[in-house]
Amino acid sequence: MTTKLSLRAEGEAISPQIETEEFFVNMGPQHPATHGILRLLLKLDGEVLQEITPYIGYLHRNFEKICENRTYTQVIPYTDRLDYIGAMNNNLGYCIAVERLMGITIPERAEYIRVIMAELNRVASHLVWLGTFALDLGAWSVLLYCFREREEIMNLYEETCGARLTYSYMRIGGVSSDLPDGFVEKAKRFVNYCRPKIDDYEALLSKNAIFLERTKGIGILPKELAINYGVSGPLLRGSGVQWDLRKEEPYSIYERFKFDVPVGTNGDCWDRYKVRIEEMRQSLKVLEQALNDIPQGETLAKVPRVIRPPKGEVYFRSESPRGELGFYVVSDNSPKPYRIKVRAPSFSNLSCISEICNGWKVADIVAILGSIDIVLGELDR
Amino acid sequence: MVNKLREKFPGIIFEEDESKAILIPPDNILEACRFLKDTEGLEFDYLMNLAVVDWKDTLEMVYHLFSFTLRHKTTLKVRLDRQNPVLDSVSGIWRGADWFEREAYDMFGVKFNNHPDMRRILLSDEWVGYPLRKDYIDPELEVLPER
Repeated sequence: MTTKLSLRAEGEAISPQIETEEFFVNMGPQHPATHGILRLLLKLDGEVLQEITPYIGYLHRNFEKICENRTYTQVIPYTDRLDYIGAMNNNLGYCIAVERLMGITIPERAEYIRVIMAELNRVASHLVWLGTFALDLGAWSVLLYCFREREEIMNLYEETCGARLTYSYMRIGGVSSDLPDGFVEKAKRFVNYCRPKIDDYEALLSKNAIFLERTKGIGILPKELAINYGVSGPLLRGSGVQWDLRKEEPYSIYERFKFDVPVGTNGDCWDRYKVRIEEMRQSLKVLEQALNDIPQGETLAKVPRVIRPPKGEVYFRSESPRGELGFYVVSDNSPKPYRIKVRAPSFSNLSCISEICNGWKVADIVAILGSIDIVLGELDR
Repeated sequence: MVNKLREKFPGIIFEEDESKAILIPPDNILEACRFLKDTEGLEFDYLMNLAVVDWKDTLEMVYHLFSFTLRHKTTLKVRLDRQNPVLDSVSGIWRGADWFEREAYDMFGVKFNNHPDMRRILLSDEWVGYPLRKDYIDPELEVLPER
Protein backbone atom coordinates (compact mmCIF):
# COMPACT_ATOMS: atom_id res chain seq x y z
CA MET A 1 0.00 0.00 0.00
CA THR A 2 1.53 3.29 -1.03
CA THR A 3 0.49 6.71 0.14
CA LYS A 4 -0.15 9.18 -2.58
CA LEU A 5 1.20 12.61 -1.78
CA SER A 6 -0.20 14.37 -4.80
CA LEU A 7 -3.45 16.24 -4.47
CA ARG A 8 -4.32 15.36 -8.01
CA ALA A 9 -6.60 12.49 -8.74
CA GLU A 10 -4.95 9.43 -10.15
CA GLY A 11 -4.39 9.60 -13.89
CA GLU A 12 -5.03 13.31 -14.10
CA ALA A 13 -2.54 15.11 -16.29
CA ILE A 14 -0.51 18.08 -15.10
CA SER A 15 -2.50 21.16 -15.93
CA PRO A 16 -1.24 22.94 -19.03
CA GLN A 17 -0.75 26.16 -17.03
CA ILE A 18 2.16 24.68 -15.05
CA GLU A 19 5.33 25.05 -17.03
CA THR A 20 7.93 22.32 -16.81
CA GLU A 21 11.50 22.80 -17.88
CA GLU A 22 14.89 21.20 -17.63
CA PHE A 23 17.24 22.78 -15.15
CA PHE A 24 20.91 22.72 -14.20
CA VAL A 25 22.38 21.70 -10.89
CA ASN A 26 25.98 22.05 -9.83
CA MET A 27 27.28 19.00 -8.03
CA GLY A 28 30.49 20.18 -6.45
CA PRO A 29 33.17 21.57 -6.54
CA GLN A 30 32.73 20.90 -2.84
CA HIS A 31 30.55 17.88 -2.45
CA PRO A 32 31.11 14.88 -0.19
CA ALA A 33 30.37 12.37 -2.95
CA THR A 34 32.98 13.72 -5.35
CA HIS A 35 35.84 12.70 -3.03
CA GLY A 36 37.89 15.73 -3.79
CA ILE A 37 37.28 18.85 -5.78
CA LEU A 38 35.34 17.95 -8.87
CA ARG A 39 32.47 19.86 -10.39
CA LEU A 40 29.74 18.05 -12.26
CA LEU A 41 27.18 20.10 -14.09
CA LEU A 42 23.95 18.14 -14.21
CA LYS A 43 21.16 18.88 -16.62
CA LEU A 44 18.06 17.46 -15.03
CA ASP A 45 14.55 16.74 -16.07
CA GLY A 46 12.88 16.42 -12.70
CA GLU A 47 15.13 13.92 -10.97
CA VAL A 48 16.33 12.24 -14.14
CA LEU A 49 19.69 13.13 -15.58
CA GLN A 50 19.76 14.37 -19.16
CA GLU A 51 23.35 15.38 -19.51
CA ILE A 52 26.43 15.52 -17.32
CA THR A 53 29.49 17.70 -17.89
CA PRO A 54 32.51 17.20 -15.67
CA TYR A 55 34.77 20.17 -14.95
CA ILE A 56 38.14 19.13 -13.68
CA GLY A 57 41.41 20.84 -12.87
CA TYR A 58 40.72 22.31 -9.43
CA LEU A 59 43.71 20.45 -8.01
CA HIS A 60 45.99 21.10 -10.94
CA ARG A 61 49.64 21.76 -10.05
CA ASN A 62 51.22 20.92 -13.39
CA PHE A 63 53.25 18.02 -12.14
CA GLU A 64 54.69 17.53 -15.60
CA LYS A 65 56.19 21.02 -15.71
CA ILE A 66 57.58 20.71 -12.19
CA CYS A 67 59.35 17.48 -13.18
CA GLU A 68 61.19 19.19 -16.00
CA ASN A 69 62.98 21.31 -13.40
CA ARG A 70 63.85 18.48 -11.00
CA THR A 71 66.39 15.69 -11.16
CA TYR A 72 65.16 12.15 -11.71
CA THR A 73 65.38 11.31 -8.01
CA GLN A 74 63.68 14.53 -6.96
CA VAL A 75 60.62 13.58 -9.00
CA ILE A 76 59.79 10.62 -6.72
CA PRO A 77 58.10 12.65 -3.92
CA TYR A 78 55.93 14.37 -6.52
CA THR A 79 54.64 11.03 -7.80
CA ASP A 80 53.30 10.38 -4.28
CA ARG A 81 51.04 13.34 -4.68
CA LEU A 82 49.39 12.11 -7.84
CA ASP A 83 47.36 9.21 -6.56
CA TYR A 84 47.75 9.79 -2.85
CA ILE A 85 45.65 6.78 -1.90
CA GLY A 86 47.93 4.45 -3.84
CA ALA A 87 51.24 6.30 -3.56
CA MET A 88 53.44 3.20 -3.45
CA ASN A 89 52.16 2.10 -6.83
CA ASN A 90 53.00 5.51 -8.27
CA ASN A 91 56.54 5.31 -6.87
CA LEU A 92 56.84 1.88 -8.40
CA GLY A 93 55.55 2.89 -11.82
CA TYR A 94 57.88 5.85 -12.07
CA CYS A 95 60.96 4.03 -10.79
CA ILE A 96 60.50 1.10 -13.17
CA ALA A 97 60.01 3.49 -16.10
CA VAL A 98 63.35 5.18 -15.38
CA GLU A 99 65.05 1.84 -14.73
CA ARG A 100 63.88 0.54 -18.09
CA LEU A 101 65.26 3.65 -19.72
CA MET A 102 68.63 3.07 -18.07
CA GLY A 103 68.65 -0.72 -18.23
CA ILE A 104 69.13 -1.25 -14.50
CA THR A 105 68.38 -4.60 -12.88
CA ILE A 106 67.55 -4.34 -9.24
CA PRO A 107 68.38 -6.77 -6.41
CA GLU A 108 66.09 -9.71 -5.70
CA ARG A 109 65.18 -8.58 -2.20
CA ALA A 110 64.24 -5.12 -3.42
CA GLU A 111 61.90 -6.64 -6.00
CA TYR A 112 60.14 -8.60 -3.28
CA ILE A 113 59.88 -5.56 -1.01
CA ARG A 114 58.39 -3.59 -3.89
CA VAL A 115 55.74 -6.20 -4.57
CA ILE A 116 54.87 -6.44 -0.88
CA MET A 117 54.52 -2.66 -0.63
CA ALA A 118 52.51 -2.36 -3.82
CA GLU A 119 50.08 -5.09 -2.82
CA LEU A 120 49.62 -3.76 0.72
CA ASN A 121 48.88 -0.45 -0.92
CA ARG A 122 46.35 -2.01 -3.25
CA VAL A 123 44.49 -3.49 -0.27
CA ALA A 124 44.63 -0.14 1.55
CA SER A 125 43.37 1.70 -1.50
CA HIS A 126 40.48 -0.69 -2.06
CA LEU A 127 39.60 -0.44 1.64
CA VAL A 128 39.31 3.32 1.34
CA TRP A 129 37.22 2.86 -1.77
CA LEU A 130 34.94 0.31 -0.16
CA GLY A 131 34.41 2.40 2.94
CA THR A 132 33.61 5.60 1.09
CA PHE A 133 31.50 3.86 -1.51
CA ALA A 134 29.36 2.27 1.18
CA LEU A 135 29.21 5.62 2.95
CA ASP A 136 27.95 7.29 -0.22
CA LEU A 137 25.14 4.77 -0.30
CA GLY A 138 24.32 5.36 3.35
CA ALA A 139 26.12 2.52 5.14
CA TRP A 140 28.21 4.11 7.87
CA SER A 141 29.63 1.13 9.66
CA VAL A 142 31.61 -0.29 6.73
CA LEU A 143 33.75 2.84 6.61
CA LEU A 144 34.75 2.47 10.24
CA TYR A 145 35.68 -1.20 9.78
CA CYS A 146 37.63 -0.51 6.59
CA PHE A 147 39.64 2.26 8.20
CA ARG A 148 40.39 0.00 11.15
CA GLU A 149 42.12 -2.47 8.84
CA ARG A 150 43.76 0.25 6.80
CA GLU A 151 45.27 1.61 9.99
CA GLU A 152 47.25 -1.62 10.35
CA ILE A 153 48.72 -1.13 6.88
CA MET A 154 49.52 2.50 7.65
CA ASN A 155 51.36 1.37 10.78
CA LEU A 156 53.41 -1.09 8.77
CA TYR A 157 54.32 1.67 6.34
CA GLU A 158 55.15 4.09 9.12
CA GLU A 159 57.58 1.60 10.60
CA THR A 160 59.21 1.08 7.23
CA CYS A 161 59.62 4.57 5.87
CA GLY A 162 58.25 6.99 8.45
CA ALA A 163 55.33 8.19 6.37
CA ARG A 164 51.71 7.13 6.42
CA LEU A 165 50.48 8.58 3.16
CA THR A 166 53.21 10.02 0.94
CA TYR A 167 55.91 7.40 1.22
CA SER A 168 58.65 8.20 -1.31
CA TYR A 169 59.98 4.82 -0.25
CA MET A 170 61.18 3.56 -3.59
CA ARG A 171 64.33 4.70 -5.32
CA ILE A 172 65.60 4.30 -8.83
CA GLY A 173 67.43 1.01 -8.41
CA GLY A 174 65.55 -0.39 -5.42
CA VAL A 175 64.11 0.91 -2.17
CA SER A 176 65.43 3.56 0.21
CA SER A 177 66.03 1.26 3.20
CA ASP A 178 65.64 -2.35 4.20
CA LEU A 179 62.56 -3.56 6.05
CA PRO A 180 62.61 -2.98 9.81
CA ASP A 181 63.11 -5.94 12.18
CA GLY A 182 60.04 -8.09 12.54
CA PHE A 183 58.26 -6.58 9.54
CA VAL A 184 57.75 -9.88 7.75
CA GLU A 185 56.12 -11.48 10.82
CA LYS A 186 53.90 -8.46 11.38
CA ALA A 187 52.85 -8.41 7.74
CA LYS A 188 52.08 -12.13 7.81
CA ARG A 189 49.98 -11.57 10.91
CA PHE A 190 48.17 -8.78 9.09
CA VAL A 191 47.41 -11.02 6.08
CA ASN A 192 45.86 -13.64 8.35
CA TYR A 193 43.99 -10.96 10.26
CA CYS A 194 42.64 -9.23 7.18
CA ARG A 195 41.38 -12.23 5.24
CA PRO A 196 38.32 -13.00 7.42
CA LYS A 197 37.60 -9.27 7.64
CA ILE A 198 36.89 -9.15 3.93
CA ASP A 199 34.24 -11.81 4.47
CA ASP A 200 32.81 -9.57 7.16
CA TYR A 201 32.43 -6.66 4.76
CA GLU A 202 30.71 -8.94 2.34
CA ALA A 203 28.39 -10.09 5.09
CA LEU A 204 27.49 -6.45 5.72
CA LEU A 205 26.95 -5.50 2.10
CA SER A 206 26.54 -8.37 -0.33
CA LYS A 207 23.16 -9.46 0.99
CA ASN A 208 22.01 -6.03 2.07
CA ALA A 209 18.78 -5.29 0.23
CA ILE A 210 19.42 -1.54 0.04
CA PHE A 211 22.95 -2.02 -1.22
CA LEU A 212 21.81 -4.51 -3.86
CA GLU A 213 19.04 -2.20 -4.98
CA ARG A 214 21.45 0.71 -5.29
CA THR A 215 24.15 -1.11 -7.24
CA LYS A 216 22.70 -3.93 -9.35
CA GLY A 217 22.04 -2.88 -12.90
CA ILE A 218 23.11 0.71 -12.20
CA GLY A 219 25.54 2.53 -14.48
CA ILE A 220 26.18 -0.19 -17.00
CA LEU A 221 29.40 0.24 -18.98
CA PRO A 222 29.51 -2.12 -21.96
CA LYS A 223 32.80 -3.79 -22.84
CA GLU A 224 33.33 -2.16 -26.26
CA LEU A 225 32.58 1.29 -24.91
CA ALA A 226 34.99 0.77 -22.04
CA ILE A 227 37.83 -0.15 -24.40
CA ASN A 228 36.98 2.71 -26.74
CA TYR A 229 37.19 5.18 -23.88
CA GLY A 230 40.53 3.88 -22.67
CA VAL A 231 39.04 2.70 -19.38
CA SER A 232 41.24 0.41 -17.30
CA GLY A 233 41.57 -1.34 -13.96
CA PRO A 234 38.64 -2.68 -11.92
CA LEU A 235 36.26 -0.65 -14.06
CA LEU A 236 37.36 -2.49 -17.21
CA ARG A 237 37.39 -5.86 -15.45
CA GLY A 238 33.92 -5.15 -14.10
CA SER A 239 32.79 -4.82 -17.72
CA GLY A 240 34.04 -8.31 -18.42
CA VAL A 241 37.49 -7.81 -19.92
CA GLN A 242 40.01 -10.25 -18.49
CA TRP A 243 42.91 -7.84 -18.29
CA ASP A 244 45.43 -7.21 -15.57
CA LEU A 245 48.86 -5.82 -16.42
CA ARG A 246 50.41 -7.77 -13.55
CA LYS A 247 49.34 -10.90 -15.39
CA GLU A 248 49.50 -9.91 -19.06
CA GLU A 249 52.65 -7.79 -19.07
CA PRO A 250 54.35 -8.81 -15.84
CA TYR A 251 56.71 -6.19 -14.48
CA SER A 252 58.91 -6.47 -11.41
CA ILE A 253 58.54 -10.14 -10.37
CA TYR A 254 54.78 -10.58 -10.70
CA GLU A 255 55.17 -13.58 -13.00
CA ARG A 256 56.31 -15.63 -9.99
CA PHE A 257 53.07 -15.36 -8.05
CA LYS A 258 49.86 -17.26 -8.42
CA PHE A 259 46.73 -15.16 -8.34
CA ASP A 260 43.47 -14.87 -10.24
CA VAL A 261 42.06 -11.92 -12.12
CA PRO A 262 38.41 -11.44 -11.17
CA VAL A 263 36.04 -10.20 -13.88
CA GLY A 264 32.44 -9.10 -13.89
CA THR A 265 29.76 -9.83 -16.46
CA ASN A 266 27.35 -6.88 -16.65
CA GLY A 267 29.61 -3.90 -16.05
CA ASP A 268 27.35 -2.35 -13.43
CA CYS A 269 28.25 -0.90 -10.02
CA TRP A 270 27.72 -4.27 -8.42
CA ASP A 271 30.30 -5.95 -10.66
CA ARG A 272 32.85 -3.28 -9.89
CA TYR A 273 32.22 -3.82 -6.20
CA LYS A 274 32.63 -7.58 -6.54
CA VAL A 275 35.81 -7.20 -8.59
CA ARG A 276 37.44 -4.96 -6.00
CA ILE A 277 36.45 -7.21 -3.11
CA GLU A 278 37.94 -10.20 -4.90
CA GLU A 279 41.05 -8.23 -5.80
CA MET A 280 41.73 -7.62 -2.15
CA ARG A 281 41.66 -11.36 -1.54
CA GLN A 282 44.00 -11.94 -4.48
CA SER A 283 46.37 -9.25 -3.21
CA LEU A 284 46.50 -10.99 0.14
CA LYS A 285 47.33 -14.19 -1.71
CA VAL A 286 50.23 -12.50 -3.52
CA LEU A 287 51.36 -10.97 -0.22
CA GLU A 288 51.40 -14.35 1.46
CA GLN A 289 53.59 -15.86 -1.27
CA ALA A 290 55.95 -12.87 -1.36
CA LEU A 291 56.33 -12.81 2.42
CA ASN A 292 57.17 -16.52 2.46
CA ASP A 293 59.74 -16.33 -0.34
CA ILE A 294 61.51 -13.05 0.42
CA PRO A 295 65.28 -13.60 0.29
CA GLN A 296 68.05 -11.82 2.16
CA GLY A 297 70.38 -9.45 0.37
CA GLU A 298 70.89 -5.97 -0.97
CA THR A 299 67.99 -3.54 -1.34
CA LEU A 300 69.53 -0.99 -3.69
CA ALA A 301 71.36 -1.58 -6.95
CA LYS A 302 74.58 0.24 -7.70
CA VAL A 303 73.33 3.27 -9.56
CA PRO A 304 75.31 6.39 -10.41
CA ARG A 305 74.98 9.25 -7.95
CA VAL A 306 73.63 11.51 -10.67
CA ILE A 307 71.02 9.70 -12.69
CA ARG A 308 71.48 10.51 -16.33
CA PRO A 309 69.57 8.08 -18.57
CA PRO A 310 70.74 7.75 -22.17
CA LYS A 311 68.93 9.70 -24.87
CA GLY A 312 65.64 7.98 -25.57
CA GLU A 313 62.10 7.45 -24.41
CA VAL A 314 60.01 4.85 -22.68
CA TYR A 315 56.33 4.27 -22.07
CA PHE A 316 55.85 2.02 -19.11
CA ARG A 317 52.46 1.05 -17.74
CA SER A 318 51.71 -0.68 -14.50
CA GLU A 319 48.56 -1.81 -12.74
CA SER A 320 47.79 0.73 -10.05
CA PRO A 321 44.73 0.17 -7.81
CA ARG A 322 42.75 2.35 -10.20
CA GLY A 323 43.99 0.94 -13.48
CA GLU A 324 46.65 1.49 -16.07
CA LEU A 325 49.15 3.98 -14.74
CA GLY A 326 51.51 4.98 -17.54
CA PHE A 327 54.70 7.00 -17.39
CA TYR A 328 56.03 8.34 -20.67
CA VAL A 329 59.56 9.54 -19.94
CA VAL A 330 61.71 11.29 -22.52
CA SER A 331 65.39 11.77 -21.74
CA ASP A 332 67.93 14.00 -23.48
CA ASN A 333 70.83 12.58 -21.43
CA SER A 334 70.76 15.44 -18.95
CA PRO A 335 70.19 14.99 -15.19
CA LYS A 336 66.63 16.28 -15.57
CA PRO A 337 63.85 14.59 -17.50
CA TYR A 338 63.08 16.33 -20.78
CA ARG A 339 59.43 15.42 -20.56
CA ILE A 340 57.28 13.25 -18.34
CA LYS A 341 53.72 12.51 -19.27
CA VAL A 342 51.53 10.69 -16.81
CA ARG A 343 48.69 8.62 -18.13
CA ALA A 344 46.48 8.69 -15.07
CA PRO A 345 43.89 5.90 -14.85
CA SER A 346 41.32 8.16 -13.15
CA PHE A 347 41.54 10.62 -16.05
CA SER A 348 40.52 8.10 -18.67
CA ASN A 349 38.07 6.34 -16.37
CA LEU A 350 36.17 9.53 -15.58
CA SER A 351 35.94 10.55 -19.23
CA CYS A 352 33.28 7.90 -19.84
CA ILE A 353 30.96 9.26 -17.14
CA SER A 354 28.76 11.24 -19.53
CA GLU A 355 28.13 8.01 -21.39
CA ILE A 356 27.02 5.84 -18.46
CA CYS A 357 25.11 8.34 -16.31
CA ASN A 358 22.40 9.53 -18.69
CA GLY A 359 18.91 8.50 -17.77
CA TRP A 360 19.71 7.70 -14.15
CA LYS A 361 18.45 9.56 -11.10
CA VAL A 362 20.61 11.99 -9.13
CA ALA A 363 21.11 9.50 -6.30
CA ASP A 364 22.44 6.97 -8.80
CA ILE A 365 25.05 9.47 -10.03
CA VAL A 366 26.55 9.28 -6.55
CA ALA A 367 26.71 5.50 -6.80
CA ILE A 368 28.17 5.51 -10.31
CA LEU A 369 30.77 8.14 -9.48
CA GLY A 370 31.69 6.22 -6.36
CA SER A 371 32.09 2.99 -8.29
CA ILE A 372 34.51 4.63 -10.75
CA ASP A 373 36.87 5.34 -7.84
CA ILE A 374 38.60 8.54 -8.89
CA VAL A 375 41.43 10.26 -7.07
CA LEU A 376 41.54 13.92 -7.95
CA GLY A 377 45.25 14.21 -7.31
CA GLU A 378 46.10 12.15 -10.34
CA LEU A 379 43.12 13.30 -12.36
CA ASP A 380 44.21 16.93 -12.21
CA ARG A 381 47.92 16.31 -11.75
CA MET B 1 53.24 -2.50 -39.31
CA VAL B 2 54.90 0.24 -41.27
CA ASN B 3 54.95 -1.94 -44.39
CA LYS B 4 51.21 -2.47 -44.19
CA LEU B 5 50.71 1.28 -44.00
CA ARG B 6 53.01 1.79 -46.99
CA GLU B 7 51.08 -0.78 -48.99
CA LYS B 8 47.75 0.82 -48.17
CA PHE B 9 48.80 4.41 -48.81
CA PRO B 10 51.41 4.25 -51.58
CA GLY B 11 51.62 8.02 -52.09
CA ILE B 12 52.53 8.79 -48.48
CA ILE B 13 55.94 8.51 -46.92
CA PHE B 14 56.03 6.70 -43.59
CA GLU B 15 59.29 6.64 -41.71
CA GLU B 16 60.43 4.98 -38.54
CA ASP B 17 62.43 6.86 -35.95
CA GLU B 18 65.13 5.42 -33.65
CA SER B 19 62.55 4.24 -31.11
CA LYS B 20 60.67 2.25 -33.80
CA ALA B 21 57.78 4.69 -33.80
CA ILE B 22 55.99 5.34 -37.08
CA LEU B 23 56.16 8.91 -38.30
CA ILE B 24 52.94 10.00 -39.93
CA PRO B 25 52.49 13.18 -41.96
CA PRO B 26 50.04 15.53 -40.19
CA ASP B 27 47.53 15.51 -43.03
CA ASN B 28 47.13 11.73 -42.97
CA ILE B 29 46.69 11.02 -39.27
CA LEU B 30 42.96 10.40 -39.46
CA GLU B 31 43.01 7.88 -42.31
CA ALA B 32 46.08 6.15 -40.92
CA CYS B 33 44.43 5.74 -37.51
CA ARG B 34 41.20 4.52 -39.02
CA PHE B 35 43.15 1.99 -41.06
CA LEU B 36 45.08 0.82 -37.99
CA LYS B 37 41.89 0.37 -36.03
CA ASP B 38 39.65 -1.27 -38.60
CA THR B 39 42.02 -3.55 -40.51
CA GLU B 40 42.07 -7.21 -39.65
CA GLY B 41 45.45 -8.19 -38.30
CA LEU B 42 46.07 -4.73 -36.81
CA GLU B 43 42.92 -3.93 -34.81
CA PHE B 44 44.32 -1.23 -32.52
CA ASP B 45 41.22 -0.69 -30.42
CA TYR B 46 42.82 0.99 -27.39
CA LEU B 47 44.53 4.36 -27.18
CA MET B 48 46.80 3.95 -24.17
CA ASN B 49 48.23 7.41 -24.09
CA LEU B 50 48.54 10.58 -26.08
CA ALA B 51 51.47 12.81 -25.25
CA VAL B 52 52.98 15.92 -26.77
CA VAL B 53 56.68 16.71 -26.63
CA ASP B 54 58.01 20.18 -27.37
CA TRP B 55 61.29 19.81 -29.26
CA LYS B 56 61.70 23.59 -29.51
CA ASP B 57 61.55 23.52 -33.31
CA THR B 58 58.55 21.19 -33.65
CA LEU B 59 55.77 19.83 -31.52
CA GLU B 60 55.64 16.06 -31.59
CA MET B 61 52.42 14.19 -30.92
CA VAL B 62 52.93 10.66 -29.60
CA TYR B 63 50.12 8.11 -29.84
CA HIS B 64 50.58 4.87 -27.91
CA LEU B 65 48.27 2.25 -29.32
CA PHE B 66 47.38 -1.20 -28.11
CA SER B 67 45.16 -3.98 -29.37
CA PHE B 68 43.10 -6.00 -26.92
CA THR B 69 42.19 -8.61 -29.50
CA LEU B 70 45.73 -9.25 -30.78
CA ARG B 71 47.73 -8.02 -27.77
CA HIS B 72 50.26 -5.95 -29.65
CA LYS B 73 51.40 -2.34 -29.46
CA THR B 74 52.69 0.42 -31.65
CA THR B 75 53.63 4.07 -31.38
CA LEU B 76 52.72 6.78 -33.86
CA LYS B 77 54.33 10.17 -34.04
CA VAL B 78 53.24 13.30 -35.82
CA ARG B 79 55.48 16.33 -36.13
CA LEU B 80 53.66 19.63 -36.16
CA ASP B 81 54.55 23.18 -36.99
CA ARG B 82 55.16 24.96 -33.71
CA GLN B 83 53.70 28.29 -34.86
CA ASN B 84 50.39 26.91 -36.02
CA PRO B 85 49.83 23.38 -34.76
CA VAL B 86 46.62 22.01 -36.25
CA LEU B 87 45.67 18.37 -36.56
CA ASP B 88 42.61 16.23 -37.22
CA SER B 89 41.00 14.88 -34.08
CA VAL B 90 40.97 11.12 -33.62
CA SER B 91 38.25 11.27 -30.96
CA GLY B 92 35.84 9.82 -33.52
CA ILE B 93 37.95 6.66 -33.61
CA TRP B 94 38.87 6.36 -29.94
CA ARG B 95 36.51 8.29 -27.69
CA GLY B 96 39.17 8.34 -25.00
CA ALA B 97 41.17 10.71 -27.21
CA ASP B 98 38.63 13.45 -26.45
CA TRP B 99 40.12 14.46 -23.10
CA PHE B 100 43.69 13.71 -24.14
CA GLU B 101 43.33 16.12 -27.04
CA ARG B 102 41.79 18.76 -24.83
CA GLU B 103 44.80 18.41 -22.56
CA ALA B 104 47.16 18.74 -25.53
CA TYR B 105 45.33 21.94 -26.47
CA ASP B 106 45.45 23.20 -22.90
CA MET B 107 49.14 22.57 -22.36
CA PHE B 108 50.64 22.98 -25.84
CA GLY B 109 48.10 24.86 -27.91
CA VAL B 110 47.57 22.10 -30.46
CA LYS B 111 44.23 22.72 -32.16
CA PHE B 112 42.15 19.79 -33.33
CA ASN B 113 39.77 19.85 -36.26
CA ASN B 114 36.36 18.25 -35.74
CA HIS B 115 36.82 17.87 -32.02
CA PRO B 116 33.44 17.72 -30.21
CA ASP B 117 34.41 20.06 -27.36
CA MET B 118 37.60 22.03 -27.96
CA ARG B 119 38.06 23.82 -24.64
CA ARG B 120 40.76 23.96 -22.02
CA ILE B 121 40.43 21.10 -19.57
CA LEU B 122 42.73 21.55 -16.58
CA LEU B 123 43.30 25.29 -16.65
CA SER B 124 40.65 27.99 -16.59
CA ASP B 125 39.28 29.34 -19.86
CA GLU B 126 40.90 32.74 -19.23
CA TRP B 127 44.42 31.34 -19.00
CA VAL B 128 46.93 32.91 -21.36
CA GLY B 129 49.66 30.79 -22.92
CA TYR B 130 50.48 27.10 -23.02
CA PRO B 131 52.41 26.11 -19.88
CA LEU B 132 54.13 22.93 -21.02
CA ARG B 133 55.84 24.60 -23.95
CA LYS B 134 59.52 25.00 -23.24
CA ASP B 135 59.52 28.76 -23.77
CA TYR B 136 56.56 29.45 -21.48
CA ILE B 137 57.30 31.93 -18.72
CA ASP B 138 55.06 31.91 -15.69
CA PRO B 139 54.09 35.55 -15.05
CA GLU B 140 54.00 34.95 -11.30
CA LEU B 141 57.32 33.13 -11.09
CA GLU B 142 60.13 34.90 -9.27
CA VAL B 143 63.47 33.83 -10.63
CA LEU B 144 66.16 33.80 -7.96
CA PRO B 145 69.61 35.01 -8.98
CA GLU B 146 72.18 32.31 -9.74
CA ARG B 147 74.44 31.55 -6.83
